[in-house]
Amino acid sequence: MAETATAAPLRAHKLPWWRRLVRDRAVLLLALPGMAVIIVFQYLALGGNVIAFQDYQPYLGIGRSLWVGLENFQILFSGDPAFLSALRNTLVITLLQTIFVFPAPIVLALLLHSLVSNRVRQVVQSILYLPHFLSWVIVVAVFQQVLGGAGLLNNFLRSHGWEPVDIIGNSDAFYALITSQVVWKDTGWATILFLAVLAGIDRSLYEASAVDGASRWRQTWHITLPGMRPIIIMLLILKLGDSLSVGFEQLILQQEAVGLGVSEVLDTYVYNQGVVGGFWGVAAAVGLVKGLIGLILVLVANKTAHAFGEEGVYRA
Amino acid sequence: MSDTDTKPGTEPGGKPVTKPGATPGARKSATTRVTTGPAKRRTVVDGVAMPGLSERTIKGIVLTIACALVILPFVGIVSTSLATPEQVTEAGGFVLLPTGIDLSAYRMIFAGGVVTQALWISVIVTTVGTALSLALTTTLGWALSRRGAFGVRAMLLLVLISLLFSPGIIPSYLVVQRLGLLDSLWALIVPTSVSAFNVVVVRAFFVRLPAEVIDAARIDGASEWQLFWRIGLPLSKPVLAVVGLFYGVGYWNAFFNALLYMSDASKWPLQLVLRTYVVDGAQLGSQDLGIDAAAMPPQTSLQMAILVVSVVPVLIVYPFLQRHFAQGMLTGAVKG
Repeated sequence: MAETATAAPLRAHKLPWWRRLVRDRAVLLLALPGMAVIIVFQYLALGGNVIAFQDYQPYLGIGRSLWVGLENFQILFSGDPAFLSALRNTLVITLLQTIFVFPAPIVLALLLHSLVSNRVRQVVQSILYLPHFLSWVIVVAVFQQVLGGAGLLNNFLRSHGWEPVDIIGNSDAFYALITSQVVWKDTGWATILFLAVLAGIDRSLYEASAVDGASRWRQTWHITLPGMRPIIIMLLILKLGDSLSVGFEQLILQQEAVGLGVSEVLDTYVYNQGVVGGFWGVAAAVGLVKGLIGLILVLVANKTAHAFGEEGVYRA
Repeated sequence: MSDTDTKPGTEPGGKPVTKPGATPGARKSATTRVTTGPAKRRTVVDGVAMPGLSERTIKGIVLTIACALVILPFVGIVSTSLATPEQVTEAGGFVLLPTGIDLSAYRMIFAGGVVTQALWISVIVTTVGTALSLALTTTLGWALSRRGAFGVRAMLLLVLISLLFSPGIIPSYLVVQRLGLLDSLWALIVPTSVSAFNVVVVRAFFVRLPAEVIDAARIDGASEWQLFWRIGLPLSKPVLAVVGLFYGVGYWNAFFNALLYMSDASKWPLQLVLRTYVVDGAQLGSQDLGIDAAAMPPQTSLQMAILVVSVVPVLIVYPFLQRHFAQGMLTGAVKG
């Protein structure tokens, strides 16, 4: 936080609140439209979760739908196969993403950072950041065109007399496919934070260690990686909080091709049950529990990080 | 300095330590020669020894493959959309190098059918949405930068906390339904019009404006609105450019909102049309395009043309976005 450059704080806490309200009305007026959107779509929206305790019928609305207590939450414990399958798929995909997707940008950032030529690095960065700005619809379409039955890869294989491979729509290959889609789309972009941190590591540490005869590998191990630790921990905490949300758009786009058995996750389950299937109460109950668990995970992970002397995401 | 800003780490994303002005790709190199071993002389840049030849070769290969994996699919898509119908049919789909150029696929999708319609909707949603988002984000960001003003701390807290949770799919749907926005283009704009993250970025920029300028203007009798309009906005053009481009790309790419809120297919944006005809492979008939059935190019050419049309706007703004990554986004987001 920059201590020096402060844009003149208005004098506070000297006047009664209503005088300050009148004095600062212009500021409040400027804040009003934006705050209204955040309050309505973030905070008031939370109120919609009450239908988790209702037998919600759209034509009756929240006001007149029947209250059913915790009945909708029974789906979580009743061993419903569709729910359990969605839960299992979510956990499997999260695990795969933590193992394969999370470390990829760290490795790539170290690689890019070690390039001596700024010019080369900038060109490579420009190319690798690009897929992040494409929508999931485009990414899924691109993968189909490259790996699908009549795609680039299979055309190449066939033209050389080899057997085509079955990837798109094959449930056995699905997790490999979606993991590589995420890696393709976001690895480049995710390096941006790591590169910023790497650029901020004190150069004199490297110079001093070089004089002491440290090799490049030792410098990486003893200077670079410790310098990246806070951001890695912060991103791991955020990832943990998000661990029950795995790529809604990415998966819903591919459900038709591969079937619900492997591709139904908690988010798509909520959408398919509620908006598509009309089981609003059950969908809201699952969504509510999912959201609460996510929040608890972030808070607990953040506390744990503090306990280990790390900064974490925030300090309250 | 108000207490809101001195309390460490109240802002998510505000933690990573970056030296002021340190941005990726902008570091000055000092090349020196030092002797690291008895017989070995190696060039040292900024205290890091130059990599050996084999290491540089491996890096080169890895990065070349990575770049090719990003670029090749695009080449294939553009080529297929341009290739002649005969070549596409013969290849059974994807074409990597077109032998001749045939623009009929593009003419067909611009002939006034479903794709043209969806394109217009996406253009309208993107322009109106970006303008609205910028207006709401800058005014809110400015207000939240006026530390000490009534209610600013509470509002900032509400904005920051909203970063930690999402209300969920069903509650979001109910709000939009309640507001009567289902099947209205506003449903594609209003719910996502204010990104709390962007508000924090813009605010961080306003907070850093030199205090003397604002004080001087206020002594000269400038109103709050004049401070914002005459000083805040002109001085923050770079960050507004990035935030605006990010909003624009977001609206253009938005798929989930449309899927959730638009059941009327005549109001679908391009991304939903792309899903229907490209991802799900529904056949585009001549009546969908409003053209003569005899003139239909192969489905693959049409699909690739739709894909190209939805990618091109992103490719056009990308260089501008890119130029600002370092200055705008990172200074705000990383240094909090």
